[in-house]
Amino acid sequence: MPEAVRVNELTRKFGDFTAVDRVSFVVERGEIFGFLGPNGAGKTTTIKMLTGLLRPTSGSARVAGFDVGREIDQVKLNIGYMSQLFSLYHDLTVLENIQLFAGLYGVGNDRFADRRDWVLEMAQLAGHQDRLTGELPLGVKQRLALGCAVLHEPPILFLDEPTSGVDPISRRNFWDLIYGFAASGTTVFVSTHYMEEAEYCHRVAVMNRGRIIALDRPRSLKAAIQEPVLEVTTAAAPRALEVLRDAPGVIEVTMFGRAVHAMVEDQAAAERQIPEILAAAGHSVESIRPIEPSLEDVFVSFVHRSGGTLAE
Amino acid sequence: MNPTRLWAIARKEAIQLRRDPRSLIMAFLLPVALLLFFGYAISYDVNNIEMAVVDESGSERSRALVHAFESSGYFDIVEYPARYADVDDLLQRAKVRVVMVIPPRFDRELAAGRDAAVQLLLDGSDANTATIAQNYAAAIVIRYSSDVLLHARRFVLPVEAETRVWYNETLESRNMIVPGLVAVIMSIIAAMLTALTIAREWERGTMEQLAATPVHRLDVVIGKLLPYVGIGLFDVALAIVAGLLIFGVPLRGNILLLAGLTLLFLLGALSFGMFISAAVKSQVLATQVAIQTTYLPAILLSGFIFSISTMPIALRAVTYAVPARYYVTVTKGIFLKGVGPEVLWVEALAMIIFAAAGLTLAIRSFRKELE
Repeated sequence: MPEAVRVNELTRKFGDFTAVDRVSFVVERGEIFGFLGPNGAGKTTTIKMLTGLLRPTSGSARVAGFDVGREIDQVKLNIGYMSQLFSLYHDLTVLENIQLFAGLYGVGNDRFADRRDWVLEMAQLAGHQDRLTGELPLGVKQRLALGCAVLHEPPILFLDEPTSGVDPISRRNFWDLIYGFAASGTTVFVSTHYMEEAEYCHRVAVMNRGRIIALDRPRSLKAAIQEPVLEVTTAAAPRALEVLRDAPGVIEVTMFGRAVHAMVEDQAAAERQIPEILAAAGHSVESIRPIEPSLEDVFVSFVHRSGGTLAE
Repeated sequence: MNPTRLWAIARKEAIQLRRDPRSLIMAFLLPVALLLFFGYAISYDVNNIEMAVVDESGSERSRALVHAFESSGYFDIVEYPARYADVDDLLQRAKVRVVMVIPPRFDRELAAGRDAAVQLLLDGSDANTATIAQNYAAAIVIRYSSDVLLHARRFVLPVEAETRVWYNETLESRNMIVPGLVAVIMSIIAAMLTALTIAREWERGTMEQLAATPVHRLDVVIGKLLPYVGIGLFDVALAIVAGLLIFGVPLRGNILLLAGLTLLFLLGALSFGMFISAAVKSQVLATQVAIQTTYLPAILLSGFIFSISTMPIALRAVTYAVPARYYVTVTKGIFLKGVGPEVLWVEALAMIIFAAAGLTLAIRSFRKELE
């Protein structure tokens, strides 16, 4: 098998709206490939085209060496897919869900017992196999869904915002599982809108308004940022954000915990002007200092550089 | 088609069915309830019609006529108003449906060998009962007059019709209704059962997960049909047993033939429900559509109650598109006439066409691709 995924000028239109616009990229085998972008950026639509759930309007894509347009059955045998909406059967027990997906993926009787035990252990459900799936906590359900999606040990795994709505600890555990898959040679294609999760990926494609606006290792992406970023701490961060949004020399502002991150054109000028502007609006600045840009800042910078605005 | 995947779907569907009270009620309770309800409620048998008699003659001859009505079993004389004026009130309050007025000169006219008229008043607000009552009354009066005639002149009637009714000797409407009812109920239940099944997957978001697996849509449609075919056959068996034991309907034909044709009918009706489900993708809407498209046609256009041969041509043409029409013919034919394939092959052919069309529609409308 050559690359895990090769996408060429892939496009999907819904009427007049172009959800995915001439996207091209390659995912190497064994890679954790991240798809980063706000809701509506086209991440989900791209993944649905790669998993055979949606037909491309134009362009082509090969997954595991098979064409998603013509060899969709082969593609489906070689991938596991888990979507943001948890979608196992709530009215089946844990074991019944495992049996169903084993049947659908053609996991034979010889392999079934091993795979079942593996899923139960991975989802921390050993001894709970007769519980109704609907009664499980969300984090556990998510792990079970992941287990069912990889029962047939596919070489490529597609995860569409797998951790949305899950608490931070479950999210961390889930990423440990993803590392485990990658370590055993599985290619993981994962989309997220949590910027910090993108840091865990080998490479990240940043998407906005249907286009890929940046694609590189997280560290390289951050290094590529030219605009300085200042962290501004004030007593009333949300209101300070509103004031700074339209201030001269400020490219973009984002909330970061209780602080405001401001991407500026000129660091020295901004360090002088921002406290003045805020003071004029009645806010005192507790501290202002340059910081290492986060991926969120990277995202903002690339959107700015591509001359666009954020989706939504 | 892949047997492993098909079986996985069928098994999952059966488990879900077992855990869903709404489906269980629809599958097992509703058919029996409908059968009992309709079986007892629908009846064209008119017996013991409430009747009032104003006997202004008060003669032996007039009493003989009244007695002829009483002993017929069709009429129940509940009132003897003294005056003609009271009649209006009795009819208005629906205390009686028929009034017979025997005029004072009745006895005299008969004795003189002349025509004697009696007046019959019928409550036409229930036209069906009125018509039947009119026919019964006319028959009794004719019988009475011929007796009078024969008695007086010692004649014998030259022609007398000896009627015998075939297939339903006692003309009990229940014998005719129950077999047809089985067909009508199954038309409705079958479509409602499967109307939920694919829409539910769309609503709960499980369709996406299913669509991402290599399962073929043929496996999904056939796999989902299997448990419902089982339920459908069980329901029909239950209805037949209830028809035999509770309603005493005769079963004269071959029960295996009935089972085979039932299977054909169920395949069509169940796939039609699945087609609706896949097309509208909403459980509520699919149920509505399933009821609307099966209930009225099955009751009105299947020949279950209203005879197709007396319908206007345009309406008669429409009945050919109602699958229940063929199944009603099958159940009535096998139950009452005991006919076999030599008669029912036309219906069998029609139901094969419906089953093939239903399956094709269901499979084609079922898109695994998410648009």
